[in-house]
Amino acid sequence: MTALLEVTNLEAWYGESQALHGVDLKVGEGEMITILGRNGVGKTTTLRTIMGMIRNRKGSIRLAGKDMLSVPLHKTAKHGIGFVPEERGIFATLTVEENLMLPPVVAAGGMDLDEIYELFPNLLERRTSPGTKLSGGEQQMLAMARILRTGIKVLLLDEPTEGLAPVIVQRIGEVLQKLKGRGMTVVLVEQNFRFAAKITDRFYLMDHGQMVGDFPVSDLPNRMGELNKVLGV
Amino acid sequence: MTMIFGVPIQALLGQLLVGLINGSFYAMLSLGLAVIFGLLRVINFAHGAQYMLGAFVAYLGLQYLGINFWAALVITPLVVALFGAIIERLLLSRLYDLDPLYGLLFTFGLALVIEGTFRWLYGAAGQPYSVPPQLAGGTNLGFMFLPNYRAFVVVVSLVGCIATWALIEKTRLGSYLRAATENPTLVQAFGINVPVLLTLTYALGAGLAGFTGVLAAPIYQVSPLMGTNLIIVVFAVVVVGGMGSIMGAIVTGYMLGIAEGLTKVFYPEASNIVIFVIMAIVLLIRPAGLFGKDA
Repeated sequence: MTALLEVTNLEAWYGESQALHGVDLKVGEGEMITILGRNGVGKTTTLRTIMGMIRNRKGSIRLAGKDMLSVPLHKTAKHGIGFVPEERGIFATLTVEENLMLPPVVAAGGMDLDEIYELFPNLLERRTSPGTKLSGGEQQMLAMARILRTGIKVLLLDEPTEGLAPVIVQRIGEVLQKLKGRGMTVVLVEQNFRFAAKITDRFYLMDHGQMVGDFPVSDLPNRMGELNKVLGV
Repeated sequence: MTMIFGVPIQALLGQLLVGLINGSFYAMLSLGLAVIFGLLRVINFAHGAQYMLGAFVAYLGLQYLGINFWAALVITPLVVALFGAIIERLLLSRLYDLDPLYGLLFTFGLALVIEGTFRWLYGAAGQPYSVPPQLAGGTNLGFMFLPNYRAFVVVVSLVGCIATWALIEKTRLGSYLRAATENPTLVQAFGINVPVLLTLTYALGAGLAGFTGVLAAPIYQVSPLMGTNLIIVVFAVVVVGGMGSIMGAIVTGYMLGIAEGLTKVFYPEASNIVIFVIMAIVLLIRPAGLFGKDA
Protein backbone atom coordinates (compact mmCIF):
# COMPACT_ATOMS: atom_id res chain seq x y z
CA MET A 1 0.00 0.00 0.00
CA THR A 2 1.41 3.40 -0.93
CA ALA A 3 0.61 5.99 1.69
CA LEU A 4 -1.11 9.19 0.59
CA LEU A 5 -0.47 10.75 3.97
CA GLU A 6 2.59 9.67 5.90
CA VAL A 7 3.51 11.14 9.26
CA THR A 8 6.82 10.15 10.83
CA ASN A 9 8.10 10.94 14.31
CA LEU A 10 5.95 14.08 14.54
CA GLU A 11 6.50 16.26 17.59
CA ALA A 12 4.57 19.41 18.48
CA TRP A 13 4.59 22.00 21.23
CA TYR A 14 2.16 24.45 22.79
CA GLY A 15 4.57 27.11 24.03
CA GLU A 16 6.97 25.25 26.32
CA SER A 17 4.91 22.13 26.76
CA GLN A 18 5.32 19.25 24.34
CA ALA A 19 2.02 17.76 23.18
CA LEU A 20 3.14 15.23 20.56
CA HIS A 21 6.05 12.89 21.28
CA GLY A 22 6.80 11.27 17.93
CA VAL A 23 3.54 10.37 16.17
CA ASP A 24 3.74 7.84 13.32
CA LEU A 25 0.78 7.48 10.99
CA LYS A 26 0.21 6.08 7.50
CA VAL A 27 -2.98 6.45 5.51
CA GLY A 28 -3.44 4.92 2.09
CA GLU A 29 -5.36 6.56 -0.71
CA GLY A 30 -9.11 6.14 -0.17
CA GLU A 31 -8.55 4.65 3.26
CA MET A 32 -10.33 5.73 6.44
CA ILE A 33 -8.48 5.48 9.72
CA THR A 34 -9.72 6.32 13.19
CA ILE A 35 -7.59 7.60 16.06
CA LEU A 36 -8.88 6.50 19.46
CA GLY A 37 -7.68 7.68 22.84
CA ARG A 38 -8.68 9.43 26.03
CA ASN A 39 -9.15 13.17 26.31
CA GLY A 40 -5.90 15.09 26.27
CA VAL A 41 -3.66 12.42 24.72
CA GLY A 42 -3.05 14.55 21.61
CA LYS A 43 -5.66 13.41 19.05
CA THR A 44 -6.86 16.90 18.14
CA THR A 45 -3.29 18.19 18.31
CA THR A 46 -2.28 15.52 15.80
CA LEU A 47 -4.88 16.77 13.30
CA ARG A 48 -4.08 20.44 13.91
CA THR A 49 -0.36 19.78 13.53
CA ILE A 50 -0.82 17.84 10.28
CA MET A 51 -2.97 20.72 8.99
CA GLY A 52 -0.23 23.18 9.95
CA MET A 53 -2.34 25.14 12.43
CA ILE A 54 0.25 24.34 15.08
CA ARG A 55 3.51 25.63 13.65
CA ASN A 56 5.87 24.63 16.45
CA ARG A 57 6.48 21.12 15.11
CA LYS A 58 9.23 18.71 14.12
CA GLY A 59 9.40 15.44 12.25
CA SER A 60 7.96 14.68 8.86
CA ILE A 61 4.54 15.06 7.23
CA ARG A 62 4.36 13.89 3.62
CA LEU A 63 1.25 14.35 1.54
CA ALA A 64 1.41 12.50 -1.79
CA GLY A 65 5.19 12.49 -1.32
CA LYS A 66 5.43 16.23 -0.75
CA ASP A 67 7.02 17.50 2.46
CA MET A 68 4.39 19.67 4.17
CA LEU A 69 6.45 21.05 7.06
CA SER A 70 7.72 23.99 5.04
CA VAL A 71 4.33 24.84 3.50
CA PRO A 72 2.74 27.99 4.99
CA LEU A 73 -0.70 27.51 6.56
CA HIS A 74 -2.65 29.37 3.88
CA LYS A 75 -1.09 27.19 1.16
CA THR A 76 -1.64 23.86 2.92
CA ALA A 77 -5.23 23.42 1.68
CA LYS A 78 -4.04 23.76 -1.93
CA HIS A 79 -2.23 20.46 -1.52
CA GLY A 80 -5.62 18.78 -1.13
CA ILE A 81 -6.12 18.51 2.61
CA GLY A 82 -8.94 19.90 4.73
CA PHE A 83 -9.81 20.06 8.42
CA VAL A 84 -13.18 20.01 10.19
CA PRO A 85 -12.58 21.08 13.79
CA GLU A 86 -14.35 19.55 16.77
CA GLU A 87 -16.02 22.88 17.58
CA ARG A 88 -17.07 22.94 13.89
CA GLY A 89 -15.85 26.46 13.23
CA ILE A 90 -19.13 27.80 11.85
CA PHE A 91 -19.00 31.58 11.50
CA ALA A 92 -21.78 33.49 13.27
CA THR A 93 -21.50 36.60 11.11
CA LEU A 94 -21.82 34.58 7.89
CA THR A 95 -25.01 33.04 6.51
CA VAL A 96 -25.19 29.30 5.95
CA GLU A 97 -24.45 29.79 2.26
CA GLU A 98 -21.58 32.21 2.93
CA ASN A 99 -20.16 29.60 5.31
CA LEU A 100 -20.49 27.01 2.55
CA MET A 101 -18.79 29.22 -0.01
CA LEU A 102 -16.00 30.40 2.29
CA PRO A 103 -13.21 27.86 1.66
CA PRO A 104 -11.79 28.35 -1.83
CA VAL A 105 -11.99 25.39 -4.23
CA VAL A 106 -8.51 23.85 -4.40
CA ALA A 107 -9.07 21.09 -6.96
CA ALA A 108 -11.67 19.76 -9.36
CA GLY A 109 -13.81 16.88 -8.15
CA GLY A 110 -15.46 18.57 -5.17
CA MET A 111 -19.22 18.65 -4.80
CA ASP A 112 -21.06 21.58 -6.30
CA LEU A 113 -23.73 23.49 -4.39
CA ASP A 114 -26.57 21.45 -5.92
CA GLU A 115 -25.00 18.16 -4.87
CA ILE A 116 -24.39 19.50 -1.38
CA TYR A 117 -27.95 20.71 -1.00
CA GLU A 118 -29.17 17.33 -2.24
CA LEU A 119 -27.05 15.54 0.36
CA PHE A 120 -27.97 18.06 3.10
CA PRO A 121 -31.48 19.38 2.33
CA ASN A 122 -31.63 21.19 5.70
CA LEU A 123 -28.86 23.51 4.60
CA LEU A 124 -30.78 24.55 1.49
CA GLU A 125 -33.80 25.41 3.59
CA ARG A 126 -31.75 27.53 5.95
CA ARG A 127 -29.19 28.96 3.56
CA THR A 128 -29.86 32.60 4.49
CA SER A 129 -29.82 32.06 8.29
CA PRO A 130 -26.75 33.01 10.29
CA GLY A 131 -24.48 29.95 10.49
CA THR A 132 -24.65 29.54 14.25
CA LYS A 133 -28.47 29.60 14.34
CA LEU A 134 -28.40 26.00 13.08
CA SER A 135 -28.74 23.05 15.45
CA GLY A 136 -25.59 21.22 16.51
CA GLY A 137 -26.23 18.45 13.99
CA GLU A 138 -26.88 20.90 11.17
CA GLN A 139 -23.71 22.80 12.06
CA GLN A 140 -21.73 19.57 11.82
CA MET A 141 -23.28 18.86 8.41
CA LEU A 142 -22.43 22.40 7.32
CA ALA A 143 -18.84 22.06 8.56
CA MET A 144 -18.41 18.87 6.54
CA ALA A 145 -20.28 20.12 3.47
CA ARG A 146 -18.14 23.24 3.42
CA ILE A 147 -14.97 21.16 3.08
CA LEU A 148 -16.47 18.80 0.51
CA ARG A 149 -16.97 21.68 -1.92
CA THR A 150 -13.25 22.34 -2.11
CA GLY A 151 -12.20 19.14 -3.88
CA ILE A 152 -9.70 18.04 -1.23
CA LYS A 153 -8.51 14.43 -1.19
CA VAL A 154 -7.67 14.06 2.51
CA LEU A 155 -10.18 14.97 5.21
CA LEU A 156 -9.13 15.46 8.83
CA LEU A 157 -12.31 15.10 10.89
CA ASP A 158 -12.32 15.79 14.63
CA GLU A 159 -15.06 14.12 16.70
CA PRO A 160 -17.95 14.73 14.33
CA THR A 161 -20.49 12.89 16.52
CA GLU A 162 -19.73 14.60 19.81
CA GLY A 163 -22.85 15.72 21.63
CA LEU A 164 -25.24 14.76 18.83
CA ALA A 165 -28.44 12.68 18.95
CA PRO A 166 -28.21 9.05 17.73
CA VAL A 167 -30.27 9.75 14.62
CA ILE A 168 -27.84 12.53 13.59
CA VAL A 169 -24.86 10.31 14.37
CA GLN A 170 -26.32 7.71 12.02
CA ARG A 171 -26.74 10.38 9.35
CA ILE A 172 -23.10 11.43 9.72
CA GLY A 173 -22.14 7.76 9.33
CA GLU A 174 -24.04 7.64 6.04
CA VAL A 175 -22.33 10.78 4.79
CA LEU A 176 -18.92 9.32 5.64
CA GLN A 177 -19.82 6.11 3.78
CA LYS A 178 -20.70 8.22 0.77
CA LEU A 179 -17.39 10.06 0.97
CA LYS A 180 -15.52 6.77 1.10
CA GLY A 181 -17.43 5.75 -1.98
CA ARG A 182 -16.09 8.84 -3.72
CA GLY A 183 -12.53 7.83 -2.82
CA MET A 184 -11.98 10.34 -0.01
CA THR A 185 -9.12 9.59 2.36
CA VAL A 186 -10.22 10.26 5.95
CA VAL A 187 -8.42 10.64 9.26
CA LEU A 188 -11.14 10.47 11.91
CA VAL A 189 -10.74 11.26 15.59
CA GLU A 190 -13.51 9.62 17.63
CA GLN A 191 -14.33 8.72 21.21
CA ASN A 192 -17.21 6.56 20.02
CA PHE A 193 -15.39 3.49 18.66
CA ARG A 194 -18.63 1.56 18.06
CA PHE A 195 -19.68 4.28 15.62
CA ALA A 196 -16.25 4.31 14.00
CA ALA A 197 -16.11 0.51 13.71
CA LYS A 198 -18.96 0.61 11.15
CA ILE A 199 -17.07 2.81 8.72
CA THR A 200 -13.33 2.81 9.41
CA ASP A 201 -10.70 0.53 7.83
CA ARG A 202 -8.14 0.71 10.60
CA PHE A 203 -7.76 1.97 14.16
CA TYR A 204 -4.85 3.76 15.74
CA LEU A 205 -4.63 3.87 19.53
CA MET A 206 -3.09 6.97 20.99
CA ASP A 207 -1.67 7.66 24.44
CA HIS A 208 0.69 10.29 25.84
CA GLY A 209 1.28 12.03 22.54
CA GLN A 210 2.11 8.98 20.45
CA MET A 211 0.52 6.01 18.73
CA VAL A 212 0.57 2.89 20.87
CA GLY A 213 -1.32 0.51 18.62
CA ASP A 214 -2.54 0.03 15.05
CA PHE A 215 -4.87 -2.70 13.79
CA PRO A 216 -7.50 -3.31 11.09
CA VAL A 217 -11.16 -3.06 12.05
CA SER A 218 -11.61 -6.82 11.63
CA ASP A 219 -9.20 -7.31 14.52
CA LEU A 220 -11.34 -5.23 16.91
CA PRO A 221 -12.86 -8.17 18.86
CA ASN A 222 -9.36 -9.48 19.72
CA ARG A 223 -8.16 -6.04 20.77
CA MET A 224 -10.88 -5.11 23.22
CA GLY A 225 -8.58 -5.62 26.22
CA GLU A 226 -5.94 -3.30 24.80
CA LEU A 227 -8.63 -0.84 23.79
CA ASN A 228 -10.18 -0.75 27.24
CA LYS A 229 -6.79 -0.13 28.76
CA VAL A 230 -6.01 2.78 26.43
CA LEU A 231 -9.48 4.29 26.62
CA GLY A 232 -9.68 3.66 30.33
CA VAL A 233 -13.26 2.42 30.12
CA MET B 1 -40.73 84.35 10.53
CA THR B 2 -41.75 80.72 11.07
CA MET B 3 -40.80 79.43 14.50
CA ILE B 4 -40.39 75.87 15.72
CA PHE B 5 -39.94 75.22 19.45
CA GLY B 6 -39.32 78.96 19.82
CA VAL B 7 -36.47 78.88 17.29
CA PRO B 8 -36.52 80.37 13.78
CA ILE B 9 -36.84 77.53 11.29
CA GLN B 10 -33.93 78.89 9.24
CA ALA B 11 -31.60 78.60 12.22
CA LEU B 12 -32.86 75.13 12.99
CA LEU B 13 -32.42 73.85 9.44
CA GLY B 14 -29.09 75.60 9.10
CA GLN B 15 -27.68 73.88 12.16
CA LEU B 16 -29.27 70.62 11.12
CA LEU B 17 -27.27 70.88 7.89
CA VAL B 18 -24.07 71.70 9.78
CA GLY B 19 -24.79 68.69 11.98
CA LEU B 20 -25.37 66.50 8.95
CA ILE B 21 -22.06 67.65 7.40
CA ASN B 22 -20.13 66.99 10.60
CA GLY B 23 -22.03 63.73 10.96
CA SER B 24 -20.89 62.72 7.46
CA PHE B 25 -17.26 63.15 8.48
CA TYR B 26 -17.83 61.38 11.81
CA ALA B 27 -19.53 58.49 10.03
CA MET B 28 -16.84 58.06 7.35
CA LEU B 29 -14.01 58.24 9.86
CA SER B 30 -15.56 56.04 12.53
CA LEU B 31 -16.46 53.55 9.80
CA GLY B 32 -12.77 53.26 8.87
CA LEU B 33 -11.82 52.84 12.51
CA ALA B 34 -14.48 50.16 12.95
CA VAL B 35 -13.30 48.24 9.88
CA ILE B 36 -9.70 48.28 11.10
CA PHE B 37 -10.56 47.44 14.70
CA GLY B 38 -12.90 44.63 13.64
CA LEU B 39 -10.23 42.58 11.90
CA LEU B 40 -6.89 43.84 13.20
CA ARG B 41 -7.94 44.55 16.80
CA VAL B 42 -5.88 47.71 16.47
CA ILE B 43 -7.22 51.05 17.67
CA ASN B 44 -5.89 53.17 14.84
CA PHE B 45 -4.79 56.40 16.47
CA ALA B 46 -3.19 57.41 13.16
CA HIS B 47 -6.66 57.75 11.62
CA GLY B 48 -6.78 61.51 12.10
CA ALA B 49 -3.33 61.84 10.57
CA GLN B 50 -4.41 59.74 7.58
CA TYR B 51 -7.43 62.02 7.16
CA MET B 52 -5.12 65.05 7.27
CA LEU B 53 -2.82 63.30 4.80
CA GLY B 54 -5.78 62.97 2.41
CA ALA B 55 -6.45 66.70 2.56
CA PHE B 56 -2.75 67.49 2.06
CA VAL B 57 -2.30 65.10 -0.85
CA ALA B 58 -5.23 66.84 -2.55
CA TYR B 59 -3.83 70.30 -1.72
CA LEU B 60 -0.26 69.49 -2.84
CA GLY B 61 -1.54 67.71 -5.95
CA LEU B 62 -3.39 70.85 -6.93
CA GLN B 63 -0.48 73.19 -6.09
CA TYR B 64 2.31 71.29 -7.80
CA LEU B 65 0.72 68.93 -10.32
CA GLY B 66 -2.48 70.74 -11.18
CA ILE B 67 -4.61 67.76 -10.11
CA ASN B 68 -8.17 69.07 -9.74
CA PHE B 69 -10.66 68.15 -7.02
CA TRP B 70 -12.37 65.39 -9.02
CA ALA B 71 -9.13 63.62 -9.88
CA ALA B 72 -7.96 64.09 -6.29
CA LEU B 73 -11.12 62.41 -5.04
CA VAL B 74 -10.03 59.24 -6.88
CA ILE B 75 -6.23 59.44 -6.61
CA THR B 76 -5.88 60.57 -2.99
CA PRO B 77 -7.60 57.61 -1.30
CA LEU B 78 -5.35 55.30 -3.35
CA VAL B 79 -2.23 57.19 -2.26
CA VAL B 80 -3.24 57.15 1.40
CA ALA B 81 -4.28 53.47 1.15
CA LEU B 82 -0.88 52.61 -0.32
CA PHE B 83 0.79 54.51 2.50
CA GLY B 84 -1.37 52.54 4.96
CA ALA B 85 -0.50 49.23 3.29
CA ILE B 86 3.24 49.95 3.54
CA ILE B 87 2.95 50.95 7.20
CA GLU B 88 0.94 47.80 7.99
CA ARG B 89 3.29 45.45 6.15
CA LEU B 90 6.55 46.90 7.41
CA LEU B 91 5.64 47.92 10.95
CA LEU B 92 2.16 47.27 12.31
CA SER B 93 2.13 43.57 11.32
CA ARG B 94 5.05 42.96 13.68
CA LEU B 95 2.87 43.86 16.65
CA TYR B 96 -0.09 41.47 16.15
CA ASP B 97 1.28 38.84 18.51
CA LEU B 98 1.73 41.38 21.28
CA ASP B 99 -0.77 43.04 23.60
CA PRO B 100 -3.24 45.27 21.64
CA LEU B 101 -1.84 48.20 23.58
CA TYR B 102 1.28 48.09 21.38
CA GLY B 103 -0.76 48.70 18.23
CA LEU B 104 -2.44 51.66 19.89
CA LEU B 105 0.87 53.13 21.05
CA PHE B 106 2.46 52.56 17.66
CA THR B 107 -0.33 54.27 15.71
CA PHE B 108 -0.37 57.10 18.26
CA GLY B 109 3.35 57.62 17.72
CA LEU B 110 2.87 57.39 13.97
CA ALA B 111 0.21 60.12 14.12
CA LEU B 112 2.60 62.39 16.04
CA VAL B 113 5.36 61.78 13.49
CA ILE B 114 3.14 62.45 10.47
CA GLU B 115 1.54 65.54 11.98
CA GLY B 116 4.88 66.84 13.25
CA THR B 117 6.44 66.43 9.81
CA PHE B 118 3.65 68.38 8.11
CA ARG B 119 3.76 71.07 10.76
CA TRP B 120 7.47 71.44 10.23
CA LEU B 121 7.03 71.63 6.45
CA TYR B 122 3.91 73.76 6.19
CA GLY B 123 3.41 75.44 9.56
CA ALA B 124 0.33 75.17 11.74
CA ALA B 125 -1.76 77.67 9.78
CA GLY B 126 -4.42 76.32 7.43
CA GLN B 127 -4.03 76.35 3.65
CA PRO B 128 -7.14 77.22 1.64
CA TYR B 129 -8.56 74.69 -0.83
CA SER B 130 -11.36 76.01 -2.95
CA VAL B 131 -14.65 74.37 -3.71
CA PRO B 132 -14.63 72.89 -7.23
CA PRO B 133 -16.26 75.39 -9.68
CA GLN B 134 -19.00 72.89 -10.61
CA LEU B 135 -20.21 72.91 -7.03
CA ALA B 136 -19.68 76.59 -6.18
CA GLY B 137 -22.64 78.64 -5.02
CA GLY B 138 -25.81 77.28 -3.58
CA THR B 139 -29.46 76.62 -4.11
CA ASN B 140 -32.27 78.60 -2.54
CA LEU B 141 -34.74 76.05 -1.24
CA GLY B 142 -37.21 78.79 -0.29
CA PHE B 143 -36.97 78.09 3.43
CA MET B 144 -33.16 78.06 3.47
CA PHE B 145 -30.01 78.54 1.39
CA LEU B 146 -28.22 75.25 0.67
CA PRO B 147 -24.55 75.46 -0.38
CA ASN B 148 -24.13 73.00 -3.26
CA TYR B 149 -20.81 71.62 -2.07
CA ARG B 150 -22.21 70.77 1.35
CA ALA B 151 -25.13 68.92 -0.17
CA PHE B 152 -22.61 67.07 -2.32
CA VAL B 153 -20.58 66.05 0.76
CA VAL B 154 -23.64 64.65 2.51
CA VAL B 155 -24.66 62.59 -0.53
CA VAL B 156 -21.15 61.33 -1.34
CA SER B 157 -20.39 60.31 2.23
CA LEU B 158 -23.71 58.49 2.44
CA VAL B 159 -22.87 56.63 -0.78
CA GLY B 160 -19.36 55.93 0.55
CA CYS B 161 -20.73 54.53 3.80
CA ILE B 162 -23.28 52.31 2.07
CA ALA B 163 -20.70 51.08 -0.44
CA THR B 164 -18.28 50.15 2.36
CA TRP B 165 -21.05 48.46 4.32
CA ALA B 166 -22.07 46.47 1.21
CA LEU B 167 -18.45 45.52 0.50
CA ILE B 168 -18.17 43.99 3.96
CA GLU B 169 -21.65 42.53 4.42
CA LYS B 170 -22.56 41.45 0.89
CA THR B 171 -19.46 40.38 -1.06
CA ARG B 172 -17.22 37.32 -1.08
CA LEU B 173 -14.24 39.40 0.03
CA GLY B 174 -16.37 40.77 2.86
CA SER B 175 -17.29 37.27 4.00
CA TYR B 176 -13.55 36.48 4.18
CA LEU B 177 -13.06 39.56 6.31
CA ARG B 178 -15.93 38.70 8.65
CA ALA B 179 -14.80 35.08 8.98
CA ALA B 180 -11.19 36.12 9.63
CA THR B 181 -12.45 38.45 12.36
CA GLU B 182 -14.01 35.45 14.11
CA ASN B 183 -11.36 32.77 13.62
CA PRO B 184 -8.28 33.78 11.59
CA THR B 185 -6.43 30.48 12.02
CA LEU B 186 -9.28 28.40 10.60
CA VAL B 187 -9.79 30.82 7.71
CA GLN B 188 -6.12 30.52 6.91
CA ALA B 189 -6.33 26.72 7.10
CA PHE B 190 -9.06 26.94 4.44
CA GLY B 191 -6.43 28.41 2.11
CA ILE B 192 -7.17 32.11 2.46
CA ASN B 193 -4.18 34.39 2.86
CA VAL B 194 -5.10 36.19 6.07
CA PRO B 195 -1.97 38.40 6.28
CA VAL B 196 -2.89 39.89 2.89
CA LEU B 197 -6.46 40.42 4.14
CA LEU B 198 -5.09 42.33 7.11
CA THR B 199 -3.01 44.57 4.84
CA LEU B 200 -5.99 45.19 2.55
CA THR B 201 -8.19 46.04 5.53
CA TYR B 202 -5.76 48.55 6.96
CA ALA B 203 -5.34 50.06 3.50
CA LEU B 204 -9.12 50.27 3.11
CA GLY B 205 -9.47 52.06 6.46
CA ALA B 206 -6.65 54.47 5.64
CA GLY B 207 -8.06 55.05 2.16
CA LEU B 208 -11.46 55.93 3.66
CA ALA B 209 -9.76 58.44 5.96
CA GLY B 210 -7.90 59.91 2.96
CA PHE B 211 -11.15 60.16 0.97
CA THR B 212 -12.80 61.96 3.89
CA GLY B 213 -9.82 64.30 4.05
CA VAL B 214 -10.32 65.35 0.41
CA LEU B 215 -14.03 65.96 1.03
CA ALA B 216 -13.18 68.05 4.09
CA ALA B 217 -10.48 70.16 2.43
CA PRO B 218 -12.84 72.78 0.89
CA ILE B 219 -14.95 73.04 4.07
CA TYR B 220 -12.30 73.19 6.78
CA GLN B 221 -8.87 74.43 5.88
CA VAL B 222 -6.02 72.08 5.07
CA SER B 223 -3.89 72.10 8.20
CA PRO B 224 -1.55 69.61 9.89
CA LEU B 225 -3.72 69.52 13.00
CA MET B 226 -7.12 69.13 11.33
CA GLY B 227 -7.12 65.43 12.17
CA THR B 228 -6.21 65.84 15.82
CA ASN B 229 -9.19 68.10 16.38
CA LEU B 230 -11.61 65.69 14.77
CA ILE B 231 -10.31 62.31 15.85
CA ILE B 232 -11.16 62.72 19.53
CA VAL B 233 -14.83 63.21 18.63
CA VAL B 234 -14.63 60.28 16.22
CA PHE B 235 -13.35 58.01 18.98
CA ALA B 236 -16.34 59.05 21.07
CA VAL B 237 -18.57 58.14 18.12
CA VAL B 238 -16.96 54.70 17.89
CA VAL B 239 -17.43 54.13 21.61
CA VAL B 240 -21.11 55.13 21.43
CA GLY B 241 -21.70 52.98 18.34
CA GLY B 242 -19.86 49.95 19.68
CA MET B 243 -16.31 48.95 18.77
CA GLY B 244 -16.08 47.11 15.47
CA SER B 245 -19.75 47.47 14.49
CA ILE B 246 -19.88 48.72 10.87
CA MET B 247 -23.52 49.79 10.80
CA GLY B 248 -23.20 51.13 14.34
CA ALA B 249 -20.35 53.41 13.30
CA ILE B 250 -22.30 54.83 10.35
CA VAL B 251 -25.63 55.43 12.12
CA THR B 252 -23.98 56.79 15.25
CA GLY B 253 -21.79 59.15 13.19
CA TYR B 254 -24.78 60.85 11.58
CA MET B 255 -26.82 60.74 14.78
CA LEU B 256 -24.20 62.44 16.90
CA GLY B 257 -23.43 65.00 14.19
CA ILE B 258 -27.08 65.98 14.18
CA ALA B 259 -27.30 65.92 17.98
CA GLU B 260 -24.36 68.31 18.06
CA GLY B 261 -25.98 70.59 15.46
CA LEU B 262 -29.28 70.72 17.30
CA THR B 263 -27.55 71.48 20.58
CA LYS B 264 -26.06 74.53 18.88
CA VAL B 265 -29.61 75.79 18.25
CA PHE B 266 -31.10 75.15 21.64
CA TYR B 267 -28.16 75.46 24.02
CA PRO B 268 -25.02 76.58 22.16
CA GLU B 269 -22.82 76.47 25.25
CA ALA B 270 -23.14 72.68 25.42
CA SER B 271 -22.51 71.92 21.76
CA ASN B 272 -18.82 71.13 22.24
CA ILE B 273 -19.44 68.60 24.97
CA VAL B 274 -22.76 67.04 24.03
CA ILE B 275 -21.13 64.09 22.23
CA PHE B 276 -19.00 63.30 25.25
CA VAL B 277 -22.00 63.56 27.56
CA ILE B 278 -23.83 61.07 25.35
CA MET B 279 -20.74 58.85 25.38
CA ALA B 280 -20.64 58.87 29.18
CA ILE B 281 -24.34 58.01 29.43
CA VAL B 282 -24.04 55.20 26.87
CA LEU B 283 -21.00 53.77 28.65
CA LEU B 284 -22.96 53.70 31.90
CA ILE B 285 -26.06 52.08 30.43
CA ARG B 286 -24.64 49.97 27.60
CA PRO B 287 -20.86 49.56 27.95
CA ALA B 288 -20.66 47.62 24.65
CA GLY B 289 -22.11 50.60 22.75
CA LEU B 290 -25.50 51.07 21.11
CA PHE B 291 -24.82 48.57 18.32
CA GLY B 292 -22.05 46.51 19.92
CA LYS B 293 -22.49 42.90 20.88
CA ASP B 294 -21.93 42.18 24.54
CA ALA B 295 -18.71 40.21 24.56
